[in-house]
Amino acid sequence: MNYYVMKNNQRINLLDIPTVDFDVLRAQLVATNLRPVSFFGSDWGQNIKLFVVLADDEKGELLVSSSLIDKNIKEYESITKENHQYHMFEREFFEQFNIKPLGHPWLKPVRKNQDNYEFFEMEGEETHQVAVGPIHAGVIEPGHFRFMCQGEKIYNLEIMLGYQHRGVEDLLVKKPSNQLAESICGDSVVAYNMAYSQVMEELCGMEITTKAKLIRRIALEMERAAIHIGDLGAILGDIAYLMGKEVYGVTRTLVINTMLEISGSRFARGLITTGGVNFDINKELSDKIISTLNGVKNTVEKMTKAALKSSTVMSRLEKTGVVSKETAEELNLVGMIGRSCGINLDTRFDFCDEFYKDLERKPFRATNDAYSRFKIRYKEIIESISFIKKLLKKLESFEKEEICVVKKDLIPNSFAISIVEGWRGELVHVATTDGEGKLSRYKIKDPSFNNWYGLSMAVRNNGISDFPLCNKGFDLSYCGFDL
Amino acid sequence: MDKDIMFILFNILILLFMPFLVIGIIKKTKAFWAGRKGVCLLQPLFDTIRLFKKDRTISNTTSWIFNFAPIVVFATTLFAGLFVPMVQCHSIINVVGAFVIFSYILGLGKFFALISAMDTGSSFEGMGASREASFTTIVEPAFFIILASLTALSGNYTFVSLADVIKSNGTFGVLIVIMAVISLFIMLLTECSRVPVDDPTTHLELTMIHEVMILDNSGIDLALLTWASGIKMVILMALIANLIIPLGLSTMASIGLFLLALILFSVLIGTLESAIARLRMSHVFEFVFVMSSFALVVASLAAVKMYGI
Repeated sequence: MNYYVMKNNQRINLLDIPTVDFDVLRAQLVATNLRPVSFFGSDWGQNIKLFVVLADDEKGELLVSSSLIDKNIKEYESITKENHQYHMFEREFFEQFNIKPLGHPWLKPVRKNQDNYEFFEMEGEETHQVAVGPIHAGVIEPGHFRFMCQGEKIYNLEIMLGYQHRGVEDLLVKKPSNQLAESICGDSVVAYNMAYSQVMEELCGMEITTKAKLIRRIALEMERAAIHIGDLGAILGDIAYLMGKEVYGVTRTLVINTMLEISGSRFARGLITTGGVNFDINKELSDKIISTLNGVKNTVEKMTKAALKSSTVMSRLEKTGVVSKETAEELNLVGMIGRSCGINLDTRFDFCDEFYKDLERKPFRATNDAYSRFKIRYKEIIESISFIKKLLKKLESFEKEEICVVKKDLIPNSFAISIVEGWRGELVHVATTDGEGKLSRYKIKDPSFNNWYGLSMAVRNNGISDFPLCNKGFDLSYCGFDL
Repeated sequence: MDKDIMFILFNILILLFMPFLVIGIIKKTKAFWAGRKGVCLLQPLFDTIRLFKKDRTISNTTSWIFNFAPIVVFATTLFAGLFVPMVQCHSIINVVGAFVIFSYILGLGKFFALISAMDTGSSFEGMGASREASFTTIVEPAFFIILASLTALSGNYTFVSLADVIKSNGTFGVLIVIMAVISLFIMLLTECSRVPVDDPTTHLELTMIHEVMILDNSGIDLALLTWASGIKMVILMALIANLIIPLGLSTMASIGLFLLALILFSVLIGTLESAIARLRMSHVFEFVFVMSSFALVVASLAAVKMYGI
């Protein structure tokens, strides 16, 4: 096998990555059953270098390989034909480098050229199209949804995104900064900033203190709990269950206000920096966090119990928007949505994060529907709260450590990867440096990149009035996808 | 002043201004259950006044129907309201078979609301119109059956005789009235787009029924349409109130009881909306069909009463 095997959060020499002939690489990718976590091209003088990172979740290893493609070559045999997990990656690669994957079943724009987007059409006496967006009612991000319906039933949903494409990958290469990284996706500030900082630290060869690592993970779990609680409220709000909407709304505020006390920002902006963190958590604050979280846990448990006892709520959630495990695996759904479909992926545990080692990974009985997506959030909130408490306890023994170390310069010809399990799922940041020690490519993969297509599959054969409920259950990111 | 003129004035005042208070109370109740302070009780009135001051924006894909429909909807609803006694035994127009005229006048308004929604050419509004039409096809026959049975029981087929059902039929009348009230309450929830049939506060176009049909209306048009739907709610509440309030009270007492009933219904709707979630669209039909089954029970009980077994 022509792979370089590495771990999560590790720097390797760019020249160590094997470069194989494209046909050989393609044959390997088709033959393997490991899932791709990153697949991107990089300018390489006369050529384009294609990097592929596969994840071996069982062993906790990342396999890196690459291939050189001549810029004059305008097409290649698509991998998606044989392995559907490459579907979005190949579309993205085509859009960025204009090399056409032959036989790709769905070669449509990803982020650019929406004017030329060709939607699937369906004809018949009772069929009708419903176009929603890009501007929506309510304060949400822009995205266009095209439904093909017969009466109230959805036959197909096509999702066209890209309205928020800002070119952040190129911006990060030109001017890398924590502020930019944490602003990419406003609801995953901690996850994005943490992934960025880890990649930069690896590229610089910096070793940050255990205390900083702990505080980062506490913030990550706080973010997960806060957003999940807000989402539970939003799901119930969509089905007009007012009590749930209000109670969860209030409880979420308690959690984000705790983040405000830690970092001065309710979404923890400015907390994490390359080299560590900017804010410390002392004993007094730690006690306060624990007492707030105990109250939060109590409220969430009570409210969830009450909501799931209500027959009207259950009747809306159960059997709505089912994604079978087979479909989920074929599409490579990741993160919380993957887990709600029965795929047991969690990069916190799979890639052996040292701090999660002694934390218990509890199984989840997935039912693959909107109820499953509600239940997994509840489970993760309770787990996150218990993780935070354990991490805070651990923090006490590192009281004397610094929270931030001195910055260093980037090491030339490096390749680093960092995978962080944000609340949506695995967030993959990959960066390379050139011979002079400058960033040459920065690649981000948000979990939404995998999961948007899952939403299309979830709403098939469901009533169109259930779409908002499914959408809220997935709660995917537009800006994380558009980059 | 002549007593009849006073009742006419009272009926009109209730018809025109009670809708704002009713919606205000519903909102306040929901706010109470949610632990919020809520908006002022008269906020719906202020909103309507604000809308009257605004300009209309009219899509250039629409025809005269879109322009005309809000006035028709408002006028028909108000006209239908004249048939319903707001205080016992006093409706402005009292004719035999009023419920047939009443239904068809409301039906005319609904027809214009539906074609005006279709007129915009928007896929949402078409969907809303289709949903509204399908629920109406279930509600309307059930309404006919109930009103025909109830008014037949009292013998003269007028709305005014509704109050007579309990008095002239004793225990049997009470049983029939309970069935009829449940049935009419479901109609109230359906026709006035409340939870669990529709969610009046949602921003999600794809799940709306009534709200989506008026998405393109603005300014005075929107004011008239929301006002009309409030009036409709008061009319249906008044119908139910007429069934329950006992006959033979003094004028002041029956006015007081009538207003109290309206307030109680509003609180009940607000509480219901806070306690349960909205039904799935495909299950709404089953819910509305409950009205039909109660209507059939009312009809059979009335038949038993009138003709014996």
